Amino acid sequence: MDVFYTLQDFMTYTKGVTYLLMAAILLGMAGFWCFLTDRDEDE
Amino acid sequence: MSQEAAVAGKAPFTPDRSLFTRFNVIAGIIVIIGLVITILRFSGGLATVTNLDDNYPWGIWIGFDLMAGVALAAGGFVTSAAVYVFGMKRYHSAVRPAILTGFLGYALVVVALHYDVGRPWRLPYPFIMQQGTTSLLFEVAACVALYLTVLFVEFSSAPLEWLGLKKARNIVVRLTILLTIFGVVLSTLHQSSLGALFLIAPSKLHPLWYSGYLPVFFFISSIIAGLSMVIFESTLSHRYFAHKMDETHLREKEGVALGFGKAASLVLAGYFAIKVIGISVDNNWHLLGTCYGAWFLVELLGFVALPCFLYAVGVRDKNLTLIKWTSGLTVFGVALNRLNVCLIAFNWHLPSDEKYFPHWMEIGISVFVVTLGIIVFRFIVTRMPILYEHPDYKDGH
Amino acid sequence: MSISRRKFLGWLGAAGMGTAMGSSADAASNKHFTGYPGSMGVLHDINRCVGCRSCEAACNKVNELQSPDQVFTDLSVLDKKRRTTSDAYTVVNRYDPATGTGREKEEPVFRKIQCNHCLEPACASACFVRAFTKTKEGAVTYDASVCVGCRYCMIACPFNIPAYEYDEAFTPRVMKCTMCHPRIMKGQIPGCVESCPKEALTFGKRDDLIKIANERIQKYPDSYVDHIYGEHEMGGTNWLYISDVPFERAGMREDLGITPAPQLTSGALAGVPIVVGLWPVLLTGIYAMSKRKEKIAQEEEAQAVAQAVAGTEAEAEKKLSAALAKAAKDKETVVKKEVKKALEEAAKAKEES
Repeated sequence: MDVFYTLQDFMTYTKGVTYLLMAAILLGMAGFWCFLTDRDEDE
Repeated sequence: MSQEAAVAGKAPFTPDRSLFTRFNVIAGIIVIIGLVITILRFSGGLATVTNLDDNYPWGIWIGFDLMAGVALAAGGFVTSAAVYVFGMKRYHSAVRPAILTGFLGYALVVVALHYDVGRPWRLPYPFIMQQGTTSLLFEVAACVALYLTVLFVEFSSAPLEWLGLKKARNIVVRLTILLTIFGVVLSTLHQSSLGALFLIAPSKLHPLWYSGYLPVFFFISSIIAGLSMVIFESTLSHRYFAHKMDETHLREKEGVALGFGKAASLVLAGYFAIKVIGISVDNNWHLLGTCYGAWFLVELLGFVALPCFLYAVGVRDKNLTLIKWTSGLTVFGVALNRLNVCLIAFNWHLPSDEKYFPHWMEIGISVFVVTLGIIVFRFIVTRMPILYEHPDYKDGH
Repeated sequence: MSISRRKFLGWLGAAGMGTAMGSSADAASNKHFTGYPGSMGVLHDINRCVGCRSCEAACNKVNELQSPDQVFTDLSVLDKKRRTTSDAYTVVNRYDPATGTGREKEEPVFRKIQCNHCLEPACASACFVRAFTKTKEGAVTYDASVCVGCRYCMIACPFNIPAYEYDEAFTPRVMKCTMCHPRIMKGQIPGCVESCPKEALTFGKRDDLIKIANERIQKYPDSYVDHIYGEHEMGGTNWLYISDVPFERAGMREDLGITPAPQLTSGALAGVPIVVGLWPVLLTGIYAMSKRKEKIAQEEEAQAVAQAVAGTEAEAEKKLSAALAKAAKDKETVVKKEVKKALEEAAKAKEES
């Protein structure tokens, strides 16, 4: 995709990337939280 | 239900005389009518059973079943957030009924959607064929689909306990906090996006309802609806299923009504404030004097300000009856707001002879879908550990 | 009270979110899009339209649409205002002068209605399966093979153009003007343009049409309103209009503004990933805080219990040792008394013997 002629085309592309990022963020967050709380002492 | 009516309706050959209770008969009639309309809808097209037209592509199946339905099912994320994220353990007994109501609510929204869209078998298309990523409806669809899954998993602990599948049940329970947080994220997104759907039509929605804040209005009012539905559903459950409630549930019930009533009062106050800000930001004060303005004030004063005040009085005086009635008023008010945005304040320019009123068969399907929900609710609540804790799993979830 | 404070923070976050969404979280706010260069369009000169409905007939024929109950030469249909339908991609309306304004002697105005083929179509923005495409030729086309039939496009279109085949049970489609895109691709012009006997429709490059329109307005300033409708409305359309009367008089809305449809929702869309990025952090933080508070409360309770237990134990022990001491003392007194008595008795016995 070299140039976007319409706002519609631009947004279709950028929102598409954003949705993929959102999925990655959610999975990443879950994993990161596990990493962060791994060695918490058991009560 | 009433034994006399059951006996009176008993047919001579029926072995199980309690099947023909008053509720069952009425529900049965509704279901039969619903099935007939269903056949008509799918064999003859939308024109056969609806009053939808080119000016009103969305009717009560969207305005009520989808929009109001999703708002009213918000009790799931609100209650589980209160208990598991905010740590308010005293509302624990309200979680399972709220999750069940939420799960059934969203499931029924999907059922109603199958009636409304032109080609329901293509509903997966936005995910598997082409993604309309600029569309807020795409976002709504994705979030609702994911959230329905979350609710299903959250709900599944109850049937798993009922079936004695200990291992699976324990896995589900361990996932609780993760599911709850994911549920709040998804709920924030789709509750607000349902409001954002109308941002694209500023020329069609009356300026008192159209606002850049529509997403915020819808999200906040969904919290209000969720809190109120929990109180409302608890009231009805207590009336008809009290025999299924365990001691904890009965003991916590009052606290739930007082606590959720207090929260609802507070959020309603905030919602009222931001609605007023919405008028101010667009400088629409003069519109309050019009016909639509009067109707807007009815919604704002009668169904936002009034329940806010009534909840507050009920909480202060510990008047549970007042709180219960107010929850019904509030639930009605949120549904009214959705109908206003979607149907009544929509196309406000059109002359009255071009306005939409639902076909009786549209109403029939809406009633049918709600009845199905009540029937399934009753089935689950009378058999599975929703209103009581299963004796084998007293470890607390 | 700290509980409601926490909840308040959560709502504040949401409200702040909303404010951000309301203003300019617009990802494309500093971008400017001019559309496909050299795209085609149609100029409709309302001044020249006489309401003969030839365009309607041509459109019906070219697109093989269903024949209407009333033939196209029947001009009595103009007595009522019509809109596009699933059988009519285009309609011509007659707009009579408003009664009671003293302008009844004015001639009626005729206008052709059809899809305006917006530069930034609301239907394309709204469609969640990308069934609408803004082609580089200028036409906005519809792909029935992916359409789910949600009809959000009909909600979105500010001109109320898309119609739906509600009476189709299995293959209902959205119906709207295609600018005869297949014909354009073959080098032909749209059916309506070809058939117009009054040259009220001109097909050409959008840029050229704007020039032509401006020239016509400049040439006959008393015959035209100095405005090209569609040049900027809703971000610009490929179907343009010039008129001898105010556009409102010709039934066209002049309050639509110039914001293109995708921009109306871009703010809300921009808020979505922020919620996804920050809500989990916020909620996990609140969860951690409430868990910590619970733990501290448990510890304090355990401590208090232990203290209370130790206190009662110490007190019990004190009581016990006091009682034991007293008992020992009492016993000692009794023993002393007995010893004294025994000694006295022994002394008395010795005295007597």
